[in-house]
Amino acid sequence: MKTRSNTTARSQRKLNYAYGLILFLLALTGFAQMPIFKRYYIADIPGLGWLAEFYTTHFLHYLGAAAILAIAAYFAAEFFLVTRKYRRLSASGGVRAAILLGIIVSGILLVIRNTFFVPFSPQVVIVLLLAHLGLTMAFLLVLLYCRLAGKPWTVPRHEEAQS
Amino acid sequence: MSESISRRSFLKGGIAAAGSAAALAVPSVAAAGNSGDGQLATLLDIRKCIGCGACVEACRETNGHKFPEPEKPFPKMYPSRVKVEDWSDKRHVRDRLTPYNFLYIQHAEVEVNGGKETINIPRRCMHCVNPPCVNLCPWGAARQYKNGISRIDYDLCLGGSKCRNVCPWSIPQRQTGVGLYLDIMPSFAGNGVMYKCDRCYERVARGKKPACIVACPANVQKIGPRNEIIREAHEIAEEIGGYIYGETENGGTNTIYVSPVPFEDLNSAIEKGAGRPHLAPADNAMDKAENLTAAMLIAPFAGIAAAAVKTYSFINKSGQAGKDKGEAS
Repeated sequence: MKTRSNTTARSQRKLNYAYGLILFLLALTGFAQMPIFKRYYIADIPGLGWLAEFYTTHFLHYLGAAAILAIAAYFAAEFFLVTRKYRRLSASGGVRAAILLGIIVSGILLVIRNTFFVPFSPQVVIVLLLAHLGLTMAFLLVLLYCRLAGKPWTVPRHEEAQS
Repeated sequence: MSESISRRSFLKGGIAAAGSAAALAVPSVAAAGNSGDGQLATLLDIRKCIGCGACVEACRETNGHKFPEPEKPFPKMYPSRVKVEDWSDKRHVRDRLTPYNFLYIQHAEVEVNGGKETINIPRRCMHCVNPPCVNLCPWGAARQYKNGISRIDYDLCLGGSKCRNVCPWSIPQRQTGVGLYLDIMPSFAGNGVMYKCDRCYERVARGKKPACIVACPANVQKIGPRNEIIREAHEIAEEIGGYIYGETENGGTNTIYVSPVPFEDLNSAIEKGAGRPHLAPADNAMDKAENLTAAMLIAPFAGIAAAAVKTYSFINKSGQAGKDKGEAS
């Protein structure tokens, strides 16, 4: 049983690392959609030249988006199927989930606009682009705060009774 | 040539645009899909072009009110690698695309039917069916109308020139010292406004033809629903044993050229470079990202399936552990 728990914990850790890495890739390639990395010499750093190639960063952003959709769906499904019996979403976890949902929804709408015949007005596109960027920046700030303050996504159910 | 688009063409492709562009602030202006359905395309039969430049002059006259009036001196740019692009003292330039010249004529000395001939090719924005300049603009300053026109909103553009970088023909041209960036952080972000042909979107919205088409004394260009323009281009090409450019380039454009000589010959003969677009093949720039859309559709289901498998395994193992414990006691 101990072995099983260790295996589960290791898998969870790996998944958490993957989630962090994908978030980093998404943030990096997302900011690379603005023409800033070349202007500010970041793309001049050996190995980072690809950050100035818009089609490369756009492709990687889509790739990261597919991965984050899979991981977010996995975490959400796991929470609703199993975890919520023992743990509940913390306040900071709820804020993070809501912001992430906003980023995902605005991103999906932008992909739909880029790929299919969907008549979004220019005003809606501007709102989506600014929402996607603004929510990402908010998410990164909240993540940093939660990391520094040691705020978990979920807390045990019994803490609910105590609080 | 009549200044109005035919009733049929107008009804087929222009109504949405007419309503939309007449009131650009309302949401009826729409992005168009990959198929090009409902988009208006132009056909340029370059055999007919005499290179008189009437289209260029008509374009400058009609669109003159859009030309930039930059504030000088320009803000000092940081870092220093950010170069000023100033065409305000070179407004007269007509042999390339500039913020003051949305259309120019390329000349190609080529062999036609055994003899040397000069082919003249009017060049401007190709108005792609699925334009990367619009899709990849980080601020939504570039937009596409349902009638296939792609346009840069000069009030919103920050002049980062990403549109020029992602355009297979590097069409948009920058003018420093003008636009929204001056009100934000002019030294550190943005560098002016990008300019290009908007196919006279206000005129098209009123059911009129773009100025370059009306002004042409040789009837080089015509405008109409994309499928009809493509059909006509093929008929001409078949009749003269000619070649077509713009139908499939970058996944399809709304500017279709028909030539009596192969476009690779024309491409070799024209002067190319900054503001002087090529006539080479152009792959669909958005293709790779679009292919990932399917992966995005599948991804959430894969995540849910993985969680379901894990849950099933967890329940099974818990049940088995309970059973083992019961047997042991």
